[in-house]
Amino acid sequence: MSGFNAHGVWAIYRFELHRFRRTLWTGLAVPVITTSLYFIVFGAAIGSRMAEIDGVDYGTFIVPGLMMLSLFTESIFNASFGIHMPRFTGTIYELLSAPLSAFETVLGYVGAAATKSMIVALVILATANLFVDVHIAHPLLMIAFLLLIAATFCLFGFIIGIWAKGFEQLQVIPLLVVTPLTFLGGAFYSIDMLPEPWRTATLFNPVVYLISGFRWTFFGTADVGVWVSLGATFAFFLACLGIVWWIFRTGYRLKA
Amino acid sequence: MLEPVLSIRGLSKTYASGLQALKPLDLDIARGEIFALLGPNGAGKTTMISIVCGLVTPTSGTVTADGHDIIRDYRGARRKIGLVPQELHTDQFEAVRDTVAFSRGLFGCPPDPGRVEQVLRDLSLWDKRDTRIRELSGGMKRRVMIAKALAHDPQILFLDEPTAGVDVELRRDMWQLVRRLREGGVTIILTTHYIEEAEEMADRVGVISRGELILAEEKTSLMRKLGKKALTLQLAEPLAVLPAELAEWKVELNDGGHALHYEFDAKADRTGVPSLLAKLRDLGIGFTDLNTHQSSLEEIFVSLVSERKD
Ligand SMILES: Nc1ncnc2c1ncn2[C@@H]1O[C@H](COP(=O)(O)OP(=O)(O)OP(=O)(O)O)[C@@H](O)[C@H]1O
Ligand SMILES: [Mg+2]
Repeated sequence: MSGFNAHGVWAIYRFELHRFRRTLWTGLAVPVITTSLYFIVFGAAIGSRMAEIDGVDYGTFIVPGLMMLSLFTESIFNASFGIHMPRFTGTIYELLSAPLSAFETVLGYVGAAATKSMIVALVILATANLFVDVHIAHPLLMIAFLLLIAATFCLFGFIIGIWAKGFEQLQVIPLLVVTPLTFLGGAFYSIDMLPEPWRTATLFNPVVYLISGFRWTFFGTADVGVWVSLGATFAFFLACLGIVWWIFRTGYRLKA
Repeated sequence: MLEPVLSIRGLSKTYASGLQALKPLDLDIARGEIFALLGPNGAGKTTMISIVCGLVTPTSGTVTADGHDIIRDYRGARRKIGLVPQELHTDQFEAVRDTVAFSRGLFGCPPDPGRVEQVLRDLSLWDKRDTRIRELSGGMKRRVMIAKALAHDPQILFLDEPTAGVDVELRRDMWQLVRRLREGGVTIILTTHYIEEAEEMADRVGVISRGELILAEEKTSLMRKLGKKALTLQLAEPLAVLPAELAEWKVELNDGGHALHYEFDAKADRTGVPSLLAKLRDLGIGFTDLNTHQSSLEEIFVSLVSERKD
């Protein structure tokens, strides 16, 4: 078997970014506007009545959570749409008949989707910086975390895009599972603020680990230990990778 | 046959629904030939092509394309193969040139704007290079799909009903293109419902019916071998009944007694034509006109497929 099809991966990556570029302005206006809204509501209106959390004022505290919320939804949406579209229009025939391995196909789609959701997350960070002063304790780790989580949720989105039988199903998981888990996972509060038994119950929510670890890279403090957080994120990443591997092995919903 | 460029052995497919779309099938395609696959709807033509191109997993059997096994060495095999599927599946918002360049990349070829331009010119699409695909007519979309399939310079090209729903002019263009590609050394396997198309273009014809390849032969020898000829005589005087002396030949009286119709096997040593004419002279039956008709591939095809249904 001959080598890695870099031209193929690059073709998919460029195609997907080209698709994003067509909707560039709405794609960027939406995160800027929603972030501003969050700051007006949570930052100014409610935040002024909230105490500092672990020595961080409330407006600043929600920045990592806001970034995560968008990163999750953007990653899932972009990746699921990216692979669902060719299935829907039938152009998937070309992908299936091309000399591409499963890994190369996923790399192209997930790479492009992750690129876009990272850009959105960074736009949110920049917007937030207009409202509050954000100081990042571990910038490199912050980027690394962002990358790992983006890759994980894009893989997850890729799976949804292959599983979904129609466009409504593309929305179901993000709306019914991921957004609630994110809101309940401490995007806007520290789980230490919860009374028992809710605090313990929350620890079963995987999103807690993602947000907590990411928040640690900003403030150096977190609800759960950063290594636990990193381990949990990585485990989720591996689980998604396993499912994608299975999909290509069996041809699930790709081949007759 | 010289070393075949495509070699299919024992290939079969049973879909998850339990339907056996393809019964174990063997077929060799020679390098540089044009092979036409004929068969009624649902015969299994698209299924066979889809397996070779990697869209459908075979239930059994092996395929090698230019020596590369399509599963074990799928990269090697797929680089050699181009596919234009039966249905029109295109992106909507991409420009023509971009979508062809995309296909080239997907198949592992380095960017080459000159080559993309050449392919677009060959398909009379150069003027439309910056047009979004959705703004093109159906016939032009089909040409875009062909351009995409040719972008990586495949050795073997599958055209699944390339002229379905295409007007006469475009169909002629398509035939020309196919011939040009063959001159360039590309092997072409096409499916069609238009027998005249197979007759016009193919070197070899395969007939597939209910998942079985019931024949694969040189077009000319096929037509010679299976071709029945019919002799029609316009009589000078109409006959009310067929004279008993003609019973030996299976002749029919047509056209209210004005025409005699005789079907014979063109490949037989004794066609019976000279003796029939001699007999008519003996009986004093005169005729004003005479013509013979060789059955077309279409008639051969229909008789083959209906024979199978019995
Ligand atoms: N994905 C599938 N799942 C189940 N059955 C299928 C599938 N695809 C095709 N079939 C069935 O397999 C048989 C062969 O179909 P195929 O598309 O290969 O025929 P075809 O010769 O290309 O027909 P046509 O001339 O109409 O294009 C048909 O009975 C069809 O209904
Ligand atoms: Mg078909």
